[in-house]
Amino acid sequence: MSDIQTLEREILAAISAARDEAALEAVRVAALGKKGAISELLKTLGGMSADERKEKGPTFNSLRDRIADALAARKAALADDALSAKLATERVDVTLPARPEPRGTIHPVSQVLDEMTAIFADLGFAIAEGPDVEYDDYNFTKLNIPPDHPARQMHDTFYVAPQADGSRHVLRTHTSPVQVRTMLSQKPPIRIISPGRTYRVDSDATHSAMFHQFEGLVIDEVTHLGNLKWVLEEFCKAFFEVDQVEIRARPSFFPFTEPSVEWDLRCDRSAPGKIVFGTGNDWLELAGSGMVHPRVLEMCGIDPEKYQGFAFGGGLDRLAMLKYGIPDIRPFFESDLRWLRHYGFAALDIPTLDGGLSR
Amino acid sequence: MKFTLSWLKAHLETDADAAAVAEKLTSIGLEVEGIEDKGAALKDFTVARVISAEKHPNADKLKVCLVDIGGGAPASSSEAVGQNVVQVVCGAPNAHTGMKAVFAKPGVVIPSSGEVLKIGTIRGVESRGMLCSERELLLSEEHTGIIELPADAKVGSPAADALGSGDPVIDVSITPNRGDCTSVYGIARDLAAAGLGKLHSASVSPVPGKFASPKKVHLNFDSHAKPCPLFAGRFIRGVKNGPSPKWVQDRLRAVGLRPISALVDVTNLLSLDRGRPLHVFDADKLSGDVQARMAKDGEQLLALDGKTYTLDGTMCVIADEKAARGIGGVMGGEDSGCTETTANVFVESAYFEPASIAQTGRKLAIISDARYRFERGVDPEFVVPGIELATKLILEFCGGEPSETVIAGKVPEWRRKITFTPAAVTRLAGIDVPKAEIVRILMNLGFTGDDGDPMQVVPPSWRSDVEGSADLVEEVVRIYGLSKVPSAAMLRPSVIARPTLTSAQRRARIVRRALAARGFNETINFSFLPRAQAKLFGGGDDARQIENPIAADLDALRPSVLPSLLAAAVRNAARGNADCMLFEIGAQFDSGVPGAQQTIAAGIRAGSGVRTWTKATHEPDAFDAKADMLAILESAMGTAMTAPVKAGAPPWYHPGRSGTLVLGPKPLAYFGEIHPAVLAKLDLKGPVAAFEVFLDAIPERKVKGKARSPFSPSPYPAVERDFAFVIDQRVAAEEVLKAARNTDRQLIERVDAFDLYEGKGVPEGKKSLAIAVRIQPKDKTLTDAEIDAIAEKIVAAVTKATGGVLRT
Repeated sequence: MSDIQTLEREILAAISAARDEAALEAVRVAALGKKGAISELLKTLGGMSADERKEKGPTFNSLRDRIADALAARKAALADDALSAKLATERVDVTLPARPEPRGTIHPVSQVLDEMTAIFADLGFAIAEGPDVEYDDYNFTKLNIPPDHPARQMHDTFYVAPQADGSRHVLRTHTSPVQVRTMLSQKPPIRIISPGRTYRVDSDATHSAMFHQFEGLVIDEVTHLGNLKWVLEEFCKAFFEVDQVEIRARPSFFPFTEPSVEWDLRCDRSAPGKIVFGTGNDWLELAGSGMVHPRVLEMCGIDPEKYQGFAFGGGLDRLAMLKYGIPDIRPFFESDLRWLRHYGFAALDIPTLDGGLSR
Repeated sequence: MKFTLSWLKAHLETDADAAAVAEKLTSIGLEVEGIEDKGAALKDFTVARVISAEKHPNADKLKVCLVDIGGGAPASSSEAVGQNVVQVVCGAPNAHTGMKAVFAKPGVVIPSSGEVLKIGTIRGVESRGMLCSERELLLSEEHTGIIELPADAKVGSPAADALGSGDPVIDVSITPNRGDCTSVYGIARDLAAAGLGKLHSASVSPVPGKFASPKKVHLNFDSHAKPCPLFAGRFIRGVKNGPSPKWVQDRLRAVGLRPISALVDVTNLLSLDRGRPLHVFDADKLSGDVQARMAKDGEQLLALDGKTYTLDGTMCVIADEKAARGIGGVMGGEDSGCTETTANVFVESAYFEPASIAQTGRKLAIISDARYRFERGVDPEFVVPGIELATKLILEFCGGEPSETVIAGKVPEWRRKITFTPAAVTRLAGIDVPKAEIVRILMNLGFTGDDGDPMQVVPPSWRSDVEGSADLVEEVVRIYGLSKVPSAAMLRPSVIARPTLTSAQRRARIVRRALAARGFNETINFSFLPRAQAKLFGGGDDARQIENPIAADLDALRPSVLPSLLAAAVRNAARGNADCMLFEIGAQFDSGVPGAQQTIAAGIRAGSGVRTWTKATHEPDAFDAKADMLAILESAMGTAMTAPVKAGAPPWYHPGRSGTLVLGPKPLAYFGEIHPAVLAKLDLKGPVAAFEVFLDAIPERKVKGKARSPFSPSPYPAVERDFAFVIDQRVAAEEVLKAARNTDRQLIERVDAFDLYEGKGVPEGKKSLAIAVRIQPKDKTLTDAEIDAIAEKIVAAVTKATGGVLRT
């Protein structure tokens, strides 16, 4: 066996024997360092003849390369071992709970409003809004409810204390004043939905002193009761996410519409705590409505000889209760976290017509 | 408005039962609220005839009866037990041959016991049914014997009919426009027009007067105010007041009224039956003539409800020569009312203007049957017939002798022509009704007119609510059948729906969902709250008070959304949920006039977080609120909010731990910790972090077009340099950051504060603020010398602006 073979075997043995990076480094220095055995060997090439160098050169160089490779491989293996040993001490108990993150919710009224907005936007209805504190004129008189009209008694109105100038305003009893404001400021054709907070001096399991209404208004030259029926049918199908609904019309009275119509929705309430729409033998009150009274149009600056249209309205909270099986209206406004978490909706559950209004 | 089916049938010839009547009523706009049918509870009980009643062979007090229960051939007394004759053992002492009784067959549930009747054997004799007492049917406590029905009761027919309790009571909700249906007759009239039956004639024949009325009537009004245009009166002498006849009492009781005396019952009966309110004075308690006049300001009257009312000059009273004796059309006076000893009466029948009655009723807060009818409009043509009918009934019930009728004023003009195009029905209601049908419906409802096109239509005297063409469309459609209106598609304004939300609505929606995504629970709270709470948040003044609050402590419009949320946190804490993140998007009221409200997104963080094994909880602070506020603004604006905040916020915030973000002239948001004194008053444990963002003040996006600006990252390496400055404690960090930023706005990309230190090594009253400055060259790589030059400029700028010294 030549000296070179012996040297290689000794160095490789030393590499294998190195137990840590420091020992390995010592081997490297002893072999490939400035004064290392292989470095010394390589230095001897300089003193050789050309022929001899041609013969020994590749042998020495390949020896150096093999040793370098062996050092690198051993270094990698040592690093792997060290990492494995380190990781073995780094175990966590993954069954411990994740860091708690608060889970926010959207109020059912907001969710249902977004659902309704999506449906009516598809039919070209814009959302109109107005103030909660209203002029008596807009809440009543311009809606054909003059002072001392018996219909005012139906409204259980909250009054704001008289102002310094003697004016006395109301908390709106319906969102119809938004219709008044819209008609006063826009020219037909008009298609709006006016949702919002409304107020009545009334409180029990089905009434709250504050609640939400939605109203619709269409004014153009041709729209009639048949169109209203169609809109309500299409809305109910889309909103309750059923294929068929049946609605029933009853003559009624509202000072601001003529003719006036109340609508009921066919449903099945035979199973306790559950309502199925479009079937069954029960009727649920859905909305009040009618053709806008010519006098209302006139008072709002629209020519009743030329224009006509319908208005309808109902309870937004009530729609949420019906669709999502919420039994009582009062907790809507009590901000009980347990209720909010139970009936609330996830932030990213945004109702769309393409994705569906609800899960 | 309640009435019994038989009362209705006194005016309407129809075979319809209560259910059919109710269905028709609802379909023509007279909504039935309910049908109370006592007869339904007795539906299993029938009329039977006792063929024979013999002594029980084994018991002295029992009888064995053979009973004809009907349903077969008429039974003779000799007939044996068969299909329609059963044997019943009965203990009633009054059971006797030939009587009509109430029979219960085996299987029927006896109301008093709730038990099912079985075939039994009593002392060896089989009994196949029962003859019932009033107590057993829960009709009364009477149990001394079985019920003996009138002899003409039909064997086998429902016992309820024979008992007189088979008369269902129908309750109709009358809408305020239908004054004509505040009477049974009016309802019958509407049903007849809708084809449910034939209306019996209701013409009233005059009762001739026997003498001239010793009392005259007068209308004493200024020329312009005529709340009472017609006043009729009649003197009836020698009456004897007492109980009214049973049929009158039955009708009144059935609809929930207590019979009082014949004279009073007559007025109640006519009010209900004909919608004609009347008043009957004890004539001996009136001084001289009777007049309708305006009340004097401050005039007082003790009314029939026992209360004394103070009147004013806008109210019409009925007075004698001394004083007001009644509030016209609203309520009579106690002192001139009839009693058991009344001998002479003066009957009043008048027409009062609806608006005047409504105003008086509202001012005095009197709710009466008379007000209810007058303010909805009574039939002006029925004033005089009404007094004739009243006279007739009083003579019938109380005897006496009537005077001639005295009348002041005249029937107010009610005839008005409405121009009506039959095509309006199609135009408004979307349904084709043949013209002949339109004419027929209107005529049946009592309208008159020609049948031209357009028609000239005159509504009947009792329909003051019908004013125009649209009203006539309603009349036609409600009778023709609203359910026949077909649904008709509405045109889409554009093939693909366009966006309809305003930018403000869009912002509110995004903010709502952004807050929920941050972990906040959305709430909706009342817009009013206790005044004491309002005062803590800059409100509670008189202009923002509710005049008639639903509860004494919900009396103020909220000046801020925060107190609603804090109160909610208190309630949740009481339920064991002290940790809450609540928000609301809603109105705050800056005064009590329309439009003085702003839409606010407000939120609170209360509690120190859920306890967890990671122990990472922390108490909410101003920087939580600041982050929430910035997140809202960034989500609403779609871009980072770069406007600086200033220290300080309104007084409900902690004075040293709150800030305001101002953009332009107005604050855009407040944030910080809630003032501990405010928390203490609300009884809430702190600290609580809160924010209020004024959504209406968020500026509109100014960028036009949809294209983004070009993306041009610098190819040259960015350099980050850290500096620590020792500055006075009162110097705002923003001053340091701003000075550094402004040193070279081209090269300095961003400046961040990454450490704040006070304490050992930093002099008293000073703090050390460390900032990181990121320098991003755009057109070349910077040399060390250039970077050092910038660093020197930064240090100089910060020192100049804040007096800060670079910490070494």
